[in-house]
Amino acid sequence: MAIIIDKDTCIGCSACTSACPFGALEMQDDKAQVNDNCTTCGACVGVCPVSAISKPAMKSGAKVNKEDYKGVWVFLEHAEGQLRSVGLELLGQGRVLADKLGEELAAVLIGDNVEGLAKEAFASGAEKVYLVEGKEYAHYNTDAYTTAFSDLINSYKPSSILIGATTDGRDLGPRVACRTTAGLVADCTNLDVDTERGLVLWTRPAFGGNIMASIVCPDYRPQMGTVRPKVFKKPEPDYSKTGEIVRVASKVKPEDIRTKLVDVIKVCTTSVNLEEAEIIVSGGRGMCNPDNFKYIEELADLLGGAVGASRAAVDAGWKPAIHQVGQTGKTVGPKIYIACGISGAIQHLAGMSTSDIIIAINKDADANIFKFATYGIVGDVLEVLPAMIDELKKVKA
Amino acid sequence: MEIIVCIKQVPDTTEVKIDPVTNTLMRQGVPSIVNPFDKNALEMGLQLKEQYGGKVTVVSMGPPQAKDALKECLAMGADAALLVSDRAFGGADTLATSYTLAQAVAKIGNYDLILCGKQAIDGDTAQVGPSMAEHLDIAMVTCVSKCEVNDGVVKVEREHEEGYEVIEGKFPMLLTVVKSANEPRFPTVRGTMKANRAEIPVWTAADITVDPDKIGLKGSPTQVSRIFTPESRTQGEMIQADSARDAANILIQKLQGMKVI
Repeated sequence: MAIIIDKDTCIGCSACTSACPFGALEMQDDKAQVNDNCTTCGACVGVCPVSAISKPAMKSGAKVNKEDYKGVWVFLEHAEGQLRSVGLELLGQGRVLADKLGEELAAVLIGDNVEGLAKEAFASGAEKVYLVEGKEYAHYNTDAYTTAFSDLINSYKPSSILIGATTDGRDLGPRVACRTTAGLVADCTNLDVDTERGLVLWTRPAFGGNIMASIVCPDYRPQMGTVRPKVFKKPEPDYSKTGEIVRVASKVKPEDIRTKLVDVIKVCTTSVNLEEAEIIVSGGRGMCNPDNFKYIEELADLLGGAVGASRAAVDAGWKPAIHQVGQTGKTVGPKIYIACGISGAIQHLAGMSTSDIIIAINKDADANIFKFATYGIVGDVLEVLPAMIDELKKVKA
Repeated sequence: MEIIVCIKQVPDTTEVKIDPVTNTLMRQGVPSIVNPFDKNALEMGLQLKEQYGGKVTVVSMGPPQAKDALKECLAMGADAALLVSDRAFGGADTLATSYTLAQAVAKIGNYDLILCGKQAIDGDTAQVGPSMAEHLDIAMVTCVSKCEVNDGVVKVEREHEEGYEVIEGKFPMLLTVVKSANEPRFPTVRGTMKANRAEIPVWTAADITVDPDKIGLKGSPTQVSRIFTPESRTQGEMIQADSARDAANILIQKLQGMKVI
């Protein structure tokens, strides 16, 4: 299946070949030619100056009645009796989507003894909370959570589901989507509604963050997506709001659970908890060697922040991967992100560009990071950082 | 131990640049590589084989040129390779891809462990591995950094936001592997020569049992609606100072202004 090129209309301008993100268009005998890489994304359709390119009419293999599916759901993750913030962030944006779609907003709460958390969901905009409780849900488990969530979907048929793109969310999402034959978009950084078609518009970075793709799920239901933490702001809770709790009995049998959690090892001190940090000080190749990360650590400590690292620094073995910020590392969205000796490769920006304030320190005045920085200092990090630490100590004393 | 490692041939996205004039992706000269996370999965498979014996088979779905990626895996030490390739699979999203791969793996039949990279660097979805496990109805653990096997019990460490989880399960199982798991080995000269001579079997849609409604574009719930280049943020303020200390002081004043300190 590929896009269709009308060879008679094609003028051989090759505008489409560079517009194709998949390298699926080539010039042959002065005419555009489609190869196997084509995903029928349609990025080329609009750039053709003579309208020689069209998408094929295609009948989907979907076998659902879309009219049966109504409501926007948000999966609420929790740990140690607290909701993770990403769930509340998604309730905020879920409210926006539900209003645009003219549907209700509900939260899904699965756990052991978690009913008390429902009030947080109501305060953040949910009208309904689907609650599944049981000992088997005390800690996240792929099999138990997949079964509980899929049962809810099959019984109550939501149109759209938002899940945080956390380690557990990205474990649960594909399993549930596959069991319910739903469309799932990974790791979204923006959500909107295509009001004309009544579809959620899921936007995410692709090709290592080099381009953005807006994705839709036109024929299958539910339409699902995992969404990065920190891209939406938590709504102000309004505890005067209440809603309906729909308690659903657990159907998971012990033999359904095929993996067993035997231990949880917490290595996450405040200096590594990047997802929750309000301030992050991050080091890159410009730190020159692992010893110099002591400046990053000291500054982070003085500011009460966490320590991050670019892929270059992690690949060089200067910092463990748990500190890595970027497309293949963690996505962060602190109030202040201080990038030290980081060039600002697109892969890195994909993980931190939603930070409120970005401060960049780099020797190279042309470094890409300065294009995204709120404040920039052109200078050697190994001089600026010790000076900052010094002066901060004076201020604090 | 029968181990299947699923790999993907991807453009090296670290080499992809945006044309500053046309604002489009410049793919010319971007090398095709084995997805880096998949190499960690293969390395884990090879180490398990060295420790417990068995066989490592690499499987990929992709166009004919993906054979090059499979050959690199053979050169690293995999015992066998299989390419799943058919024009009918084109345009597949993660659901259709995982279905097709699962049907191929089901045809191979005899497996204890399926290893996948945590995610591919071109799509970064991390969805094909878990969806395959669901199609095959087997247990899975994602983001695995360590794996050992004792008396048929698989014990793994799973990387998590706050640290690690230690999880146990039984064969058959699917694991997705993170970068910190290991340092993938380089192909040997001998391995490369052997791999170059290897004939890689290709399975088409006719060779595996597939429902035509579940493959390719037709079996893909998600569709790309628009592609665009990310906007850069509005230009910020460059701090001009004569010395590093002056610059540091100005910055600290800004931080104080924001009531951070």
